Amino acid sequence: MSDQNDARKSLLLKIRGLRIEGRADEKWFEIVHGVDLDLHRGEVMGLIGESGAGKSTIGLAAMGFTRDGCRISAGSIEFDGMELTSSPEEDLRMLRGARIAYVAQSAAASFNPAHKLIDQHTAAPVQHRIKTRKESEADAMELYRRLRLPNPDEIGFRYPHQVSGGQLQRAMTAMAMSCRPDLIIFDEPTTALDVTTQIEVLAAIRDIVDQFDTAALYITHDLAVVAQMADRIKVLLKGDEVEEADTRSMLANPKEDYTKSLWAVRSFQRQQKPPAEAGETPVISVNGVSASYGPVKVLENVSFDIHRGRTVAVVGESGSGKSTAARCITGLLPPTQGDIRHNGQVLPASFRNRSKDQLRQAQMIYQMADTALNPKKRIGEIIGRPVAFYRGLRGADLKKRVDELLDQIELEPSQYYHRVPSELSGGQKQRVGIARALAAEPEFIICDEVTSALDQLVAEGILKLLDRLQEDLNLAYMFITHDLATVRSIADEVVVMKEGQVVEAGPKDEMFKPPHHEYTDLLLSSVPEMDPDWLDGLLEQRGVDNIGEAARK
Amino acid sequence: MSTFAIVFYTLMIAASCLAAYYHRREAFMVLFSLTLISFLMGLLGGEVWLRYIAVAIGLLYACGGLAYSFREFLVQTLPRDIAKVMRNAPLTASFGLFVIVVYIVAAIFAPVIAPFGEAEVVGSSYAPPDDTMILGGDQLGRDMFSRIIYGARNTVGIALLTTALAFLVGSLVGLMAATLGGWVDQVCGRVVDTLMAIPSLVFALLLLTIVGTNVVNLILVIALLYSPVVFRLARAVAGNIVVMDYIEAARLRGEKTWYLIISEILPNATAPLVAEFGLRFCFVFLAISALSFLGLGIQPPTADWGSMVRENATLISFGEITPLIPAAAIALLTVAVNFVVDWMLHLSSGLKE
Repeated sequence: MSDQNDARKSLLLKIRGLRIEGRADEKWFEIVHGVDLDLHRGEVMGLIGESGAGKSTIGLAAMGFTRDGCRISAGSIEFDGMELTSSPEEDLRMLRGARIAYVAQSAAASFNPAHKLIDQHTAAPVQHRIKTRKESEADAMELYRRLRLPNPDEIGFRYPHQVSGGQLQRAMTAMAMSCRPDLIIFDEPTTALDVTTQIEVLAAIRDIVDQFDTAALYITHDLAVVAQMADRIKVLLKGDEVEEADTRSMLANPKEDYTKSLWAVRSFQRQQKPPAEAGETPVISVNGVSASYGPVKVLENVSFDIHRGRTVAVVGESGSGKSTAARCITGLLPPTQGDIRHNGQVLPASFRNRSKDQLRQAQMIYQMADTALNPKKRIGEIIGRPVAFYRGLRGADLKKRVDELLDQIELEPSQYYHRVPSELSGGQKQRVGIARALAAEPEFIICDEVTSALDQLVAEGILKLLDRLQEDLNLAYMFITHDLATVRSIADEVVVMKEGQVVEAGPKDEMFKPPHHEYTDLLLSSVPEMDPDWLDGLLEQRGVDNIGEAARK
Repeated sequence: MSTFAIVFYTLMIAASCLAAYYHRREAFMVLFSLTLISFLMGLLGGEVWLRYIAVAIGLLYACGGLAYSFREFLVQTLPRDIAKVMRNAPLTASFGLFVIVVYIVAAIFAPVIAPFGEAEVVGSSYAPPDDTMILGGDQLGRDMFSRIIYGARNTVGIALLTTALAFLVGSLVGLMAATLGGWVDQVCGRVVDTLMAIPSLVFALLLLTIVGTNVVNLILVIALLYSPVVFRLARAVAGNIVVMDYIEAARLRGEKTWYLIISEILPNATAPLVAEFGLRFCFVFLAISALSFLGLGIQPPTADWGSMVRENATLISFGEITPLIPAAAIALLTVAVNFVVDWMLHLSSGLKE
């Protein structure tokens, strides 16, 4: 025990006054302004902050690495007594993979699709001459077992596309462990995963870090996740450190205002509106819709109503058919059975057969604002086109209407009218997406995961904006999401979907109170909470082998 | 060792050292490799070869200087937003632009620049260069220089028209196939596959023999032959664009196919298409020259570089360089266009450095 205590005390990574510059428009800009960091052996440090805070840049710098177009301009990075900033590339290469490992956000994009998992796993140990291929393969299976992957002896011989996202992320963690590094850098390892999958990856990561007493830098923007994982938390803002403390005291009493604002984000909640009157015709009503992509059935007998001025949240994991339901409503995927009614009128199944007015009534806001806005068009054109198209406004009238819309989404018209999307931030792009939907003057808007690609602070801004617009314009929203925190803050009614069927539906208040449908319960209890003991409690409750995908069966 | 060799080597080594000292990596690599080459050449061929190398280096630097000043000139004269792009252009690109501008000027003002007419017989056949005919005469005694100037007009003009036509047809059909999908895509794709399966030169010869050789037919036939390539590119590029959410949003808005193609897809597909335009232009240009060389392209007495090479080809056996001059004109333009295209590809790929 005393041994372990000594090991814990010894300093593994020491960063002092780290400054990193990035290059844009032929000039160098500082993106990290002198950050200090101490990481002891066996310790897990959480780095949190919004995008652009420099968390990933610092994480990579801890390996002595910078992205293309970046350079370390000042400061020192000392890893176990070795200065990384001045080490030659060969020495760094010896270090990476062997003593410092990296787990990327998207395992699907980080694995080479042309090689089997185990071949990629053994690459590093063999390359660094730490183990032979045979030893490393045996070790991989052992790691897979410890990470509770199904069929540990066999799963390594599959290709990346043959295993699920959560399994892939765990396989990547196993790969990072292959040389038993002293330090692992986790760069948002669970951000792309569903809540139920996330939990199993979190449990696996924490277990393995504990078992091998590995130090880790855990980069994330999700506070609840970091609360489960980290011993200490460091909050970053625009390349500066805001504060650092151990997890419990940081959660209990954050000192800086910025940290408090991060903590407060999750508290935005709108009053639930009273349910619509019994006789009222819903704006959109989905009646027993079934749909399929070719022979694959994705929706089965789905029905729900959306009333004027209300928000219906459709929740479920990926693959549960939420987005497909939206595609049926917009007419992109004609249903095989059932129909979609708008104010009681049956809409033609395909959008091609709908009239201009019917098309106008249902608008969409997309998840990825980057692909939802034409990069070659100016903001004024993007918002102006639906106005001109549906209302036939031209010239000064059109400009006036677009200015009004820009005002509504809280962007200064004179400043933004002539910009192109690449000159906007993520949140601003999403606002333009909202304005484009509003420009059609619809009664009903489908919001497809509109906040999941955004930081929490920005996401909250978007939610508040959507809420205000709903008040002003009496809009009906269909809110597709897998984030239950979002549901809690904005929804009036909740529809829970699983495998193409509606499992449970009802007003929000009832949905968040027990008793639940089994699946709803699983979803709800899988949402990380800010309490650092939450994961332990949950594991105790469900049993170690019965979390995530396993719990679904 | 002669003074020339000593001065030459001293200068080369000094220049290399200076480049190394000021960390001009590229300049150093060029200078020092030239120095090494000239060591080798000096050993092998003595001073004469060394002088050739000196001339070559001089030419290289003259071209570099020309390109550098031409770029500065463009930066000063062009409107600001284009000038900004121009400032970061590599020297090769501005050299390419310069050559293209010279060719265009020659093509437009051909009657003013050329001292004699296109088909005018001035001296004896294969007359050597003198004061009246600076590049000498061809096989009928016509002025070589005048014919090269007129040739720019015919060869380049026709190539430009042909490429433009091929692009208009190819990219429109390609974008349409990608946007509409389904059977339209299938039919267009299979037709294009069939066209591409036939060797293009043989097919061109066949078609030209059937329809007869005149300028209009030539343009139409070559445009037809080259549009499948453009179709494939346009379809591939548009294929990546039509799956974007903004296209879906436009479709759901109820926009017509024409609007989708022109306003939503085309602006995002221009960069690769423009780059391809430059590249295709060279191929078309060479194809026309090749056809002219075979006698099926532009018909005499119209001046055309391809046929000029053929007409004077016999001179090569006598060690004359006259037939190589129109060939060099073709080569120079091809290289110049490729320089500019490389730069455009680089710009459209969005790489910063």
